[in-house]
Amino acid sequence: MKPVFTRTTGLTDKPFHYCPGCTHGIIHRLIAEVMVEMGILDTTIGVSPVGCTYNNYEYFACDMVQAAHGRAPAVGTAIKRVHPDNMVFTYQGDGDLAAIGAAEIVHAAARGEKISTFFVNNAVYGMTSGQMAPTTLVGQVTTTSPFGRRPEFEGYPINVSEMIATLRGAVYVERVAVNDFAHISKAKKAIRKAFRVQQEGLGFSMVEILSTCPTNWGKDPVASLRWMEDAMFKQYPLGVYRGQELEV
Amino acid sequence: MPRVEFDEERCKGCGLCVSVCPQKIIALQKDKLNSKGFHPAGVVDMDRCTGCTMCATICPDVVITVYR
Repeated sequence: MKPVFTRTTGLTDKPFHYCPGCTHGIIHRLIAEVMVEMGILDTTIGVSPVGCTYNNYEYFACDMVQAAHGRAPAVGTAIKRVHPDNMVFTYQGDGDLAAIGAAEIVHAAARGEKISTFFVNNAVYGMTSGQMAPTTLVGQVTTTSPFGRRPEFEGYPINVSEMIATLRGAVYVERVAVNDFAHISKAKKAIRKAFRVQQEGLGFSMVEILSTCPTNWGKDPVASLRWMEDAMFKQYPLGVYRGQELEV
Repeated sequence: MPRVEFDEERCKGCGLCVSVCPQKIIALQKDKLNSKGFHPAGVVDMDRCTGCTMCATICPDVVITVYR
């Protein structure tokens, strides 16, 4: 009998501080496993965001840097340009990337920076206790949209992957989810492809990963996964938005 | 014989592994608390485990090791 699933060496031993059932942990594991499988753990520099994952530099066993809120792609740009032989990724939530960091991600993608961004979208501000995010769905109740998001008052959600895919510098853009076994496997493949695009020096790569926030959605962890499938998949269709033809 | 191990101190009792187990042999151990104050998940009937790794794949806290 041999172990067929063990904790990856791409993660440190420190237990995650995330709420029970939060899928950030799954996404951390996938990124760590891909780094180990590709043999790039020693040469990768990650950029931590601001938000629930502000201290994920404690969890990844590669080198990490903390960026100011939303500025991870700018920091990642600098690291990659100074150390072109290192792999650079940013890990950002929707409050970080789609709100305060909207400018940085757009311009990093437009410049075709050879970094990989992992954008975790859970349609709400998690760390600050569940306020409406740019990605909050129409009708979704949050602490700052207590009657549900109304388009005439609060506007519409931003589909970041579709937006980034319009930029020529973005070589690979895909949206995945981590709600079940099949989707988690696809998410891992997408993460690997993003790193491969960077390794080949092709340009900017981004994987948007739909995630849950049981605490701020007010749902239990299992119901949160169902809500992601039922509600989020409609607003945020899964699929490859840029780089379908890429074989890396 | 396939087998799974839970690192119970890491478990937060979220129940995602319970919901995905095709054999329905995982349950939260209501008579047990870890130092975080959660009821850790555990296997009720290890003989029926197939080592499919679905529990370990969905676990957000990377608690589970699977042997097959």
